[in-house]
This record gives sequence, C-alpha cells and structure tokens, in this order.
Amino acid sequence: MSEVTEEQIANLKKQATILRRHIIRMTHNVQSGHPGGSMSACDLVAALYFHVLRVDPANPTWPERDRFVLSKGHACPVWYAALAERGFFPVEELMTFRKIDSRLQGHPEVGTTPGVENAAGAEGQGLSFSVGLALASRIDHKAWRVYTIMGDGEQDVGQTWEAAMAGAKFGLDNLTAFVDRNGIQQEGRTEDIMPLEPLAEKWRAFNWHVLSIDGHDFRQILSAIEEAQRTKGRPTVIIARTVKGKGVSFMENKIKYHGAATSDEELKLALAELEVPP
Amino acid sequence: MTLGPPWKMESQRGAFGKALVELGRRNPDVVVVGADTTESIKTMDFAKAFPDRLFQVGIAEPNMMSIAAGLAAAGKIAFAATYSVFGSAHTYNVIRQNVAYTGLNVKIFCSHAGLTVGPDGATHQLNEDIGLMRGLPGMTVLVPADAPEAGRCVDVAAEIDGPVYCRFSRSNVPTVTSPEDPFGLGKARVMRDGSDVTLVGCGIMVAKCLEAADALAKAGVRARVINLSTVKPLDTATLDKAARETGAIVTAEEHTVVHGIGAAVAAAVAQDHPVPMAFVGVQDVFGESGEAEELLKKYGLTAEKIEEAAHRVLKLRGR
Repeated sequence: MSEVTEEQIANLKKQATILRRHIIRMTHNVQSGHPGGSMSACDLVAALYFHVLRVDPANPTWPERDRFVLSKGHACPVWYAALAERGFFPVEELMTFRKIDSRLQGHPEVGTTPGVENAAGAEGQGLSFSVGLALASRIDHKAWRVYTIMGDGEQDVGQTWEAAMAGAKFGLDNLTAFVDRNGIQQEGRTEDIMPLEPLAEKWRAFNWHVLSIDGHDFRQILSAIEEAQRTKGRPTVIIARTVKGKGVSFMENKIKYHGAATSDEELKLALAELEVPP
Repeated sequence: MTLGPPWKMESQRGAFGKALVELGRRNPDVVVVGADTTESIKTMDFAKAFPDRLFQVGIAEPNMMSIAAGLAAAGKIAFAATYSVFGSAHTYNVIRQNVAYTGLNVKIFCSHAGLTVGPDGATHQLNEDIGLMRGLPGMTVLVPADAPEAGRCVDVAAEIDGPVYCRFSRSNVPTVTSPEDPFGLGKARVMRDGSDVTLVGCGIMVAKCLEAADALAKAGVRARVINLSTVKPLDTATLDKAARETGAIVTAEEHTVVHGIGAAVAAAVAQDHPVPMAFVGVQDVFGESGEAEELLKKYGLTAEKIEEAAHRVLKLRGR
C-alpha cells in the first residue's frame, strides 16, 4: 500500500473537523436536516474528497472524474460541506442550505449543486444508480471509478439487494460501496427496527468482496479503499463501523440527532468540542 | 395517408425491437436494460446484435430503472423496457427520483399496457400508467397508435434530451398509419377531417375512432379524428382548433378515464374553448381475464361506444 504520511492523516482529521462544524451550523441555521448521519459518514467523505477522488472543482462535469454517489441522501450536509471546502462553490453558500432559492436542497438534486451526481432522499436507489455508472465506465474502457455511501437503514430496502446481485453478476470491480454502519435509523436502533446482522456475511453471500473497518480511522479507511482498488472481478463493500453524531459528545449515538438540529445552547457546546487543529 | 379497414394487424413489440436494433447500429451510445422479459418484448434482438450493450437484471424493475439512470448519467441513451405494470407502476418512485427529477436520458418503453394484455388478467392490465407518467415534470409521454408508430417512437425518443415513457400493446394492433405519414414529437395528427365533432384517440383506440367516424358519416355526422400519439407535451393548438371548429369532443383511450388523455384534453380545451366532452375508456375499475377484443367490448372500449358518445356530445351542444 502506498504510504500515507502522518501529515496527510493530520490534514484529513482537520478537514473532517471543519466539515463537522459546517454540518452543525448548517442544520442549526434552519433548525432542520440530519446532522447525526452526516457526522457518522464525515470521515469517509473527508477521506474520499481530500485524498481519493479524482475530481475537478473548476469543471464539476469533467467526463473522466471519479463518481461519488451519496445513496443516503439525508446526509447531504456532509456532501455539501466537502464540495464547498474542495472549491466546487463558495463556503458562504453553505448557510443557504434548505432555504428558499438555494442551490443546496434538503436532499441532493442533480444540476443545481455543482458536484452533486445523484438525487437521493427516497432511500435505496443509490447502489443501483452506481451499478449503472460503473457499467458505463467499463463499456467505455474508462479508468474512472464509482464510490457510493449507503446508510445502514438502507440495508432494509429491497432494491439495495437487487443492486448487490447485479454488481456481483457484472463483476464491477470499479465500484466501491460503503455502509455507514452507525446502527441507528430514524425510529431507533437498526437491530430493533429490522435486524441486519450478520451484515458482512450477507454481503459475502451476495459475492461481494467485504471489508469491515472502523469508519473513523483514516488509515483503515484509506487502506480499505486501496484494497478495493486492487480487487479484481467483483465489487467491494466496506462496512464502516461508525458513531451517529460522531465528534460531539452529547450527540453521539443518540437517535434524536438523526433528524434534529442543535439548539442555540447546544450549538455553542458542539462548536467548542469541534476545535479545528492548527 | 390514413389507412382504412380491414386493417393489417401488426405487432408493436416487433416494430419496437426492430427499430431498437437499427438505432443501436446507428448510435453506439444506445444501451438497454432488461428485466426477464427481453424475449417477450423483443429487446432480445438488440441483445443478439449487441451482446455487450444489453444488461439483464432479472425480476428487479427498480434496479433496472436506476441502472438505466446511472448509465444515462454517464452519457448513454439508456432504454429500460418491460411490461408496463412492472416498468411504470412498480417503479414509480424510482422513475420519479432517479429519472425524472434527475432529468436523465432514460427511455422507458413498456409493452403490455391496458386491457388488451388479455388472459393474464387485472394484475397485468395496467390502465393507470399514462396518468402516472404525464404527472411527472419533464416526462415525455408517447402512445403509438400502431406498429409503425411504435418503431418511430424509438427514433423520436432517442432524439429527445430527457426522459421518455412510451406505452404500447401486447396484442397485434391495426396498422392505421403508413411510414410516409408525418410523425413528430408533440404533434397531434388529424387523421381525418370533419367539422361536427372531434374524436381524439391514442393507441389502439385510434382505429376505433376511425371506425366510429365511418359509422357517424353514415348518419351524416362529419367527425374529425385526431391521433394523440404524443400525450405530453400536449398539442394544445391542434386540440383548441378542434374544439373551436367542431364544438364537441370525444376522447377514447385504453386507460382509466380518471387521469388519462381525456383528462389531459379536457384540462387543455377547458381553459380557452370549453366544449361538451365525453370520455370513452376504463371507468375506474380493474380489468379481468379474457381475450383482448372481448375485454374491449365488455369495458366499453368500442367504436360503437365512441359513436354513442359522439351523439351524446352533439346533443349537449344543441345541434
């Protein structure tokens, strides 16, 4: 595996903290949106946008770009924050999130937000969409790859498993999927709402290359992505164990913060905890 | 020119499959996603000609639709084709989010629409798809009248930058148009001129409208017949003109009257030229098993019913 330096890891941690601060402020600003699942996916998104993806912020529709698909569309605050910090649009625009006339819709919309590749919100469509993208890249003999983040709640959706079968059937080794395994969906713990375990075994049974990692450990994230890139003949799913609301102590692992913004008081506490390293 | 009975009966599926192969030959960006119905709806011919460009996903229509969307997002012209009940009803929210809202070049071609599916019964007889699809912003909705038009819809769909829904029949249908006839997106075609009443039909009901017009002519009623092969965008100019010049309209469709072409035409003409109207179609009920023609008769989708409806609107108009 190619060397990742301490400096690069430190930079990713810094970027992730900046993204988390945006998530908290964006959702607080409109008193709506989904901070918990945005923060659990935050380190995956940071690793992709600040280390892995070949994208061009000046040319968001560059044909050779890697495609990032956010299947769990409600986590779009982290996507918008990453796109803004990567220079796809001004950082100031983040505070228009969910407001009238904004380019930053409550769930992702294609064509309005520079860098957004898929519409999502109705769960469970993103992996199928990614299979289509990966097929197109392959039949055109292109090098660009597809990276998709699913929620664990989306593992309830039948279409996710339709896509899993298709990804394996077509041997899409240019497709890497993540499950943001934070264990919480809208109404409770995933294992209470609809038990998913043994999840890794399920994906293995569907003929995917399966990796299980700590989704907040950048070395593990980058190493898993490298392994996915090296894996031939089948797609890889990276089951990333994460913490809903990761980064703010009182939000971590709390069902409430799936779809609730912070109060004014909580905002101060949260930002105090999310201190950006020098 | 408008052909008259006795009509040649031809397969819309066959014409669709043939046109798709020809399109595939001309345009290497055309791909097809299938869902375990490729032989039946004749996309198998495309698979034989271009084995690398047809993706079989099994009985997984939501997956078919999103995969087609992904292919289109990467620059392909992606045809998603199966039976209408699976391709439009089962997949509605996938079409809504991944195709229509995203504005992608996905061409949804669905056979086995309406009652004429026949013996398979109500589970397979989708009479609600025109309403579902015309309600989606940005969706073009095509209903070819016959086999030649089914083929021409393939070419028209490929030329449109955006999503298209095209529905047609499992049964062989009367060929009422000829290849020389003009055919264009968004253009309702006057198949027969007349000044007393207008009969607007789509799909197999165009032939029934022509039959009804013949019968009406014998009673001294000159009926104009319009083939509404593009349901959306709707040719309001041609419809307004018909309302103005004939003063009465009957619509006929192999679809529920709740939200099909009758509703679309009524909403269009009511704004500027309200005229008496009658609606021939499925009256808010499910179908049942039976042969195609038996079902059309039982559910009132006949030339006779169109003729009766024409007399009714003429009476309302006070002729």
